[in-house]
Amino acid sequence: MQQTQKDITILAIESSCDETAAAVVKNGREILSNIIASQIDLHTLYGGVVPEIASRKHIEKINQVIDQAVIQAGMTLQDVDAIAVTYGPGLVGALLVGVSTAKALAFALDKPLVGVHHIEGHICANYLQYPDLEPPFLCLVVSGGHSHLVIVKDYGEYEVIGRTRDDAAGEAFDKVARAIGLGYPGGPKIDRLVAQEGNPDAIAFPRASVGGSVYDFSFSGLKSAVLNYLNECKMKGVEVNRADVAASFQKAVTDVLVSHGIRGAKEYGFHKLALAGGVASNTALRKAMREACEKEGIEFYYPAPILCTDNAAMIGAAGYYEYVKGVRSGWDLNAVPNLKLGER
Amino acid sequence: MRILAIDSSGLVASVALLEDEDLIAEYTIHYKKTHSQTLLPMLEEIKKMTELDLHTIDAIAVAGGPGSFTGLRIGSATAKGLAQGLNKPIIEVPTLEGLAFQLYGTDALVCPLMDARRNQVYTGIYEFVCENGRYELTTVMQGTCCLLPEVVSKLNGLGRPVILNGDGVQAYRDALVKTLTVPYTFAPAHRRLQSAAAVGALAFRYAAQGKLVTAAEHKPEYFRLSQAERELQEARGREHAEAAGESLKEQSPAGNPDKREVYQDEA
Repeated sequence: MQQTQKDITILAIESSCDETAAAVVKNGREILSNIIASQIDLHTLYGGVVPEIASRKHIEKINQVIDQAVIQAGMTLQDVDAIAVTYGPGLVGALLVGVSTAKALAFALDKPLVGVHHIEGHICANYLQYPDLEPPFLCLVVSGGHSHLVIVKDYGEYEVIGRTRDDAAGEAFDKVARAIGLGYPGGPKIDRLVAQEGNPDAIAFPRASVGGSVYDFSFSGLKSAVLNYLNECKMKGVEVNRADVAASFQKAVTDVLVSHGIRGAKEYGFHKLALAGGVASNTALRKAMREACEKEGIEFYYPAPILCTDNAAMIGAAGYYEYVKGVRSGWDLNAVPNLKLGER
Repeated sequence: MRILAIDSSGLVASVALLEDEDLIAEYTIHYKKTHSQTLLPMLEEIKKMTELDLHTIDAIAVAGGPGSFTGLRIGSATAKGLAQGLNKPIIEVPTLEGLAFQLYGTDALVCPLMDARRNQVYTGIYEFVCENGRYELTTVMQGTCCLLPEVVSKLNGLGRPVILNGDGVQAYRDALVKTLTVPYTFAPAHRRLQSAAAVGALAFRYAAQGKLVTAAEHKPEYFRLSQAERELQEARGREHAEAAGESLKEQSPAGNPDKREVYQDEA
């Protein structure tokens, strides 16, 4: 950073799904703290995230998580320059806990408030991992709720060129994991099972393409194909090799994600391709994308798993770039559960 | 002592600033905007109008439940954020007591009724007992979540005149008129719904009793589990009963994870 510029530290808060998180980030690039209170064990009991339970847990944890983030950063609340908070997309009740707390905190501390888009946060996780990464680049955002192929034109400027027509990639992982008895959350469990013994070429599952838009995704057909396969085996009395099903399913997902990503990078002329979102932690996806990028001479970026999962540090990075552009949210900031990327 | 009070547990959003026996400002709004959009702008308006230095506030009082789940959390999260930012304690005032306290000094029983949907109400029964020259809000029936006929029959059994307030009055007016056999009246507009001033006034009494919590400690009292938890409990209860040799025909959806999308808790 230039010596002449004052450091900007952002306290960021994230509560859009089932992680209560707070972080302190310096100049959009340096993590001073990154605290995540996960509720995953609670929701496992129900086979997925229960919105009301998520909201209740957020409100029990939010102040402690904020306290920890500030203490771990070696600061006090008064020291931060601004407060950033995820205000969408996500579960409305869950978002409202973070938004209401952040607003009151900013109001009490007399600090500026910056509402941040959750997906923008995921994309900006790459800035934390790679301090020298600058836009423009192409980013594939894949998580439990989202599958987007995004052109990052500049800080805070995005163009979505592909999105899922039905299930998000992570959602498909969860549903297939449930069908083969792995439970929730599906992504990590499939990843682990496959790593052990699965043969990705054992079963030919379809690679769905979407008519009309080459960059859009569709994963519900693949999910149905897996369910049909399991059903057929059951009818015929054939024993299912779960690791092979998981590996073949995972291969079908990663093939589509990789081919869309590479095609987008080549067609739009990008030499930088980044992954983001929870599914970006998937070992097979990382490996396949790295190999494809190497082959095409594209630089490949992917955040560490702790920055792929929902976290507040990424909101602090995104919040910083909005802050320096002069973006400020009002005291009437509301949660917007279906907020679109690039909208305010 | 200065108290900033918040109540967004129901249809109204309400913020008040009180100093000992004075109500300095109260802003209450009953409008279609969400509490998330109104609460803090209202507080900002009070701050401007009363030239309030936030650091002169000694405690944040908040309606602690029951109420609309989301409404409660907006109020609680706001109180928690303010308390954390200002490093001040929180005073939790039960929503039903805040409603009842509005009828301070009446000889009649007071019965706040909050519409809890699914034919249920959050309710309690209170009376004012005079001690050393001031009335104490005294509980006749503990706050609870129950079916309307249950509280009506309790009131009828007590045989005393009663004043009812809360949004349940509007929601269940016909049933109340038909089934109450004791003398009753519905509180007028200015005493009908939640008021942060009443929450604040009651909060001074709690503060005097040392009932203060930290921002981190405070969480709303919902009086009700989430739908998912209820169904899981019911399913477990059934399994338990079945294990004990009873036969039950009904199948619970909670055991089936594919039904999780049906959990629709009230807003």
